[in-house]
Amino acid sequence: MTVYFKKREVVVPGELLAEGRYRSSMGTYDEEGKIYSALAGLAELRGNTVKVVPLEGVYIPSEGDLVIGTITRVAGNNWKVDITGPYGASLHANNALRRPYDDDISRYFDIGDVIAAEITAFDRNSGPFLTLKGRELGLLTEGMLLDLSPAKIPRVIGRSGSMINMIKDKLRIEAVVAQNGKIWVRAPDAPTLDLAIKAFKMIEAQAHTSKLTERVGAMLDQELAEIKEKAPKTIEVESEEEVESPVEAEPPEEEPVPVVEEKIAEEITTPPTEEPTEPAASEEEPAPAEEATAAEDNDDKTEEVIEE
Amino acid sequence: MSPETKPDFLINPEGLRIDGRRTDEMRPIELKVGVLKQADGSASIRQGNTYILAAVYGPRELHPRHLTINDRAYLRCVYRMMTFSVPDRKRPAPSRREREISMVIANALKPALFLQDYPRAVVDVFIQVVQADGGTRCAAINAASLALADAGIPMKTLVPAVAVGKAEGKLLVDLGDEEDKYGGGDVPMAMLGTTGDITLLQQDGSFAKEELMEAMGMGVTAMKYILELQKEALKSAYTKKVAVEGEELDEYEDDLETDLGEAEIAGEEDE
Repeated sequence: MTVYFKKREVVVPGELLAEGRYRSSMGTYDEEGKIYSALAGLAELRGNTVKVVPLEGVYIPSEGDLVIGTITRVAGNNWKVDITGPYGASLHANNALRRPYDDDISRYFDIGDVIAAEITAFDRNSGPFLTLKGRELGLLTEGMLLDLSPAKIPRVIGRSGSMINMIKDKLRIEAVVAQNGKIWVRAPDAPTLDLAIKAFKMIEAQAHTSKLTERVGAMLDQELAEIKEKAPKTIEVESEEEVESPVEAEPPEEEPVPVVEEKIAEEITTPPTEEPTEPAASEEEPAPAEEATAAEDNDDKTEEVIEE
Repeated sequence: MSPETKPDFLINPEGLRIDGRRTDEMRPIELKVGVLKQADGSASIRQGNTYILAAVYGPRELHPRHLTINDRAYLRCVYRMMTFSVPDRKRPAPSRREREISMVIANALKPALFLQDYPRAVVDVFIQVVQADGGTRCAAINAASLALADAGIPMKTLVPAVAVGKAEGKLLVDLGDEEDKYGGGDVPMAMLGTTGDITLLQQDGSFAKEELMEAMGMGVTAMKYILELQKEALKSAYTKKVAVEGEELDEYEDDLETDLGEAEIAGEEDE
């Protein structure tokens, strides 16, 4: 029972990390009871599990991940979607549209369109396959797309969403953070957008330092104050309306992006205007897709079709 | 480089080699990690006058499709020499020699990689010899293995490599160009850093069995030294990247562990 590394030490492939009753986890491998690093990264010990947090790496799909991808090809009733990394995803029309849909599915999404989707299946032999069923999923219009290293995304989200919710609250922006390193941001004005980008870049650059949430928060407060000084009117109008929203919004509920069907049903029945500002805003997100996909359909009926 | 002339001796009466080294002494080695911006991982090596760049891309989608391997990633190594890397202009078309070296480098690196983690994908390793002065295939392996680690490709270990040769009846570690050309033989080798398994062993010239065994012994010693240099180069590059602020070093109680691994581990512990 020996551990050969300090917490968060930089290790390299082939370095002996631990011996004895330890368990090997991601970024490590086990050979005859000895655990070695398989990556260059930061070694961590959690309980008796050893792992190495990578600093680099491409996006490898995993079931349940939220991804943002670009449609590269329309093939029959499938869209081929580039989600970065070695594996191209496909999205079947049945998982995106309400029936009946037109034979020519490029009417709904075409090459170059950017979508937020969830990975439903991926294994060594097939996939990844995507779905658009779920909250926050669908066509992304307006806003801006930011590319980060997929290895840094967990830090952008923070512990159960602490980081991203903090940024959303402070800046009053809409954002979708995808596991494949893409972030979609829609901000009310250009200075806020710039500030959001600055915050995300700051997280990427300092992903492996401590107390990052606090520092990003401090940076945002400071910059916001500066913006306020320059243009006091616009900021005040906004903050008056929405002063209570951070309290009501309950950040933890908002983060896990793949949402169960019940929730969707709930939200469809409640008029979005009554919701606190933030959830309402993010809900508007999938709306364009729905409009396009099922313009003639009545809501209740189509919901049933999907659940089948 | 001036026109080539055969030196009068490869080992002088004092027992030193043409560039003043002892028989078991290596040329100075300088390894750098992360030298190219566009590549997913990169490294450079300067070993004497040999200068090589290695760039790694991937794992990424494999084209052409028919090369796909269903249960693991394809490792595509391309070793190329620049036209100005040798005294006579090297013709730019890929030569038979370059193709052979590409293959032996791929074979030397493959056992160190967890290619089965990325079925159907490709890992591209591009090696450019900027300046050649002997020992390029070994130097290329040294750099390529660092570039792979820099790209975040899971691997068992780093792979050091060195050539041991013979001149005037004496075994020499890390041959320079002239020793290679006018000497009596050359044995390039590579090994896995952790286990010491030999993943590359070639020979030209003639060696007695005892000589070969001794050469391999010398090679292993040299490779262990190179391995340490590789580790050091990688660590120093990554320590810079992590950029830890001194005062916060001892405060770990924050959210670095929010990464993907945590949920999975917590779940397993509950069972």
